[in-house]
Amino acid sequence: MKILAIETSSEACSAALLINDEIRQRYQFAPQKHAELILPMLESLLAEAQLSLNAMDALAFGRGPGAFTGVRIASGVIQGLAFGADLPVVPVSSLAALAQQLHRETGETQLLAAFDARMKELYWGAYEVDADHQLVRLVGDEVVCLPEQVPLPTAGAWHGVGSGWCAYAAALNERLAPRLSGWMGDERYPRAEEVAQLALSRFKKGLAVSAEHALPVYLRDNVVRQPQSDIAQEKREGNTAIKKPL
Amino acid sequence: MRVLGIETSCDESAVAIYDSEQGLLGHDLYSQAGMHAQYGGVVPELASRDHVRKLVPLIKQLLERTATCAAEIDGVAYTAGPGLVGALLVGASVGRSLAWSWNVPAVAVHHLEGHILAPMLEQNRPAFPFLALLVSGGHTQLIRADGVGRYRIIGDTLDDSAGEAFDKTAKLLGLSYPGGPELARLAEQGNQSRFRFPRPMTNRPGLDFSFSGLKTFAANTVREQDDDPQTRADIAHAFQQAVVETLVIKCRRALQQTGLTRLVVAGGVSANRQLRIRLRETATQLGSEVFYPGMEFCTDNGAMIAYAGWLRLKAGEQEPLAFAAKARWPLNALANNTDEQLTGC
Repeated sequence: MKILAIETSSEACSAALLINDEIRQRYQFAPQKHAELILPMLESLLAEAQLSLNAMDALAFGRGPGAFTGVRIASGVIQGLAFGADLPVVPVSSLAALAQQLHRETGETQLLAAFDARMKELYWGAYEVDADHQLVRLVGDEVVCLPEQVPLPTAGAWHGVGSGWCAYAAALNERLAPRLSGWMGDERYPRAEEVAQLALSRFKKGLAVSAEHALPVYLRDNVVRQPQSDIAQEKREGNTAIKKPL
Repeated sequence: MRVLGIETSCDESAVAIYDSEQGLLGHDLYSQAGMHAQYGGVVPELASRDHVRKLVPLIKQLLERTATCAAEIDGVAYTAGPGLVGALLVGASVGRSLAWSWNVPAVAVHHLEGHILAPMLEQNRPAFPFLALLVSGGHTQLIRADGVGRYRIIGDTLDDSAGEAFDKTAKLLGLSYPGGPELARLAEQGNQSRFRFPRPMTNRPGLDFSFSGLKTFAANTVREQDDDPQTRADIAHAFQQAVVETLVIKCRRALQQTGLTRLVVAGGVSANRQLRIRLRETATQLGSEVFYPGMEFCTDNGAMIAYAGWLRLKAGEQEPLAFAAKARWPLNALANNTDEQLTGC
């Protein structure tokens, strides 16, 4: 089984090639450089393994949530590759990929992944590890919400991971205190390696889609605000109506 | 050589296939205008989200409709700028990766070069060198074109573009966004002797434009007059006449100054009927010839990108696997690729 995976939803950019039990990865912390790096990363992985894109069984991508533009680069690149090479695609949650990463590193089995979504909110998902396969499984739904309103997990010893834990440490600790065993906020971003790993199991379950259905999951869908508020701020964030150029 | 063209710089997802022997094989376009109209303009994030949903289905549909198989495509061209960077990145991501998976070269096309070259898709094609009037919602420029990639801007707007002035004045007259074309229709019912608007910057030398004062003049006129349908039509008429005359005066001046005998008019406003009539008269007087894109290629489209891309691929250009989108990209920088402002993602 061969799967080529990418993950560009955060400040990190990564690509991975899974061949049966082995995964090779290219990873770089490189804000705003995803478009520049991602295809060369894939090319170098394939060259190293002396394989062509057509030799893959499936493609996979971190489908978000995360930075809108980054998630769209992943979706656009994968759609282009999958359409061109006629390959199925496995979309994988970027939150799940990060939870899986922490599980691999620490052995923790109850995980709360949180990305800073700005505007005082975070992207949130709770995961438990399936003892048979050692893979994370979503508990409840992924949501975008205020840190004070994250869904409370069942009793247990949950471990937090992701940029959301840095941004909203106090509020999250207060809300989750009795169920929380600890958290790691820094220097961990979702990676293609875990995207590939999670994709393998989803692919085997028949959860692949065709190129044009390899779409981002933003979670935040209310992206247009009324123009009465701070227009300069909105322009920076790109969600205010502008006059059409050429 | 057969080239797939992709355009996603603003609110239209557009694709086309150009064949160097057979010409344009087909083109498709999905316009988001209806979605953005409720906000009074294009919302960049919504535009990007729609492109990523629509682009690959459009490509698939076009290949099927033109009975083209992937192996027949020799290159992929995509608009890399200028425009909305998030929207551009969708076309660049899909275009660059698709080219790689097909094992063919990709080329990044300048959106405005696409517009300037769009008349070359017609039977009667302009030869270099020529003068180009690029007139749209984002631009009002006079460009000297000496060859592919060899462009010099010799006149530009100091404030609003002509298309912007059209849209803003249309809004004053109660027309919905983008109101330019509707304003032109309304103007046809107007009385031409009732109001006279100024022709900005025509009584001094130079090729630059300014349209914001004209918009203010229109606003004052609307405020001072009764609000009835005939008055609105009369104002529309006077406004359109002022914009058209101003553009015509500058084109005449530019043709005389440069000694060029071919005028290319491109961009959304080049579809304006009055502008076409008046420019033709002027060109005839000067012994010059005017060239327009086909009506469907005045506004954003994939055909002009496929065509410009073919010219550049033919010249041996191609993009590396590292792709980029540029929100700003001076047309003057095309010849040597030095002055690029990379915006990345």
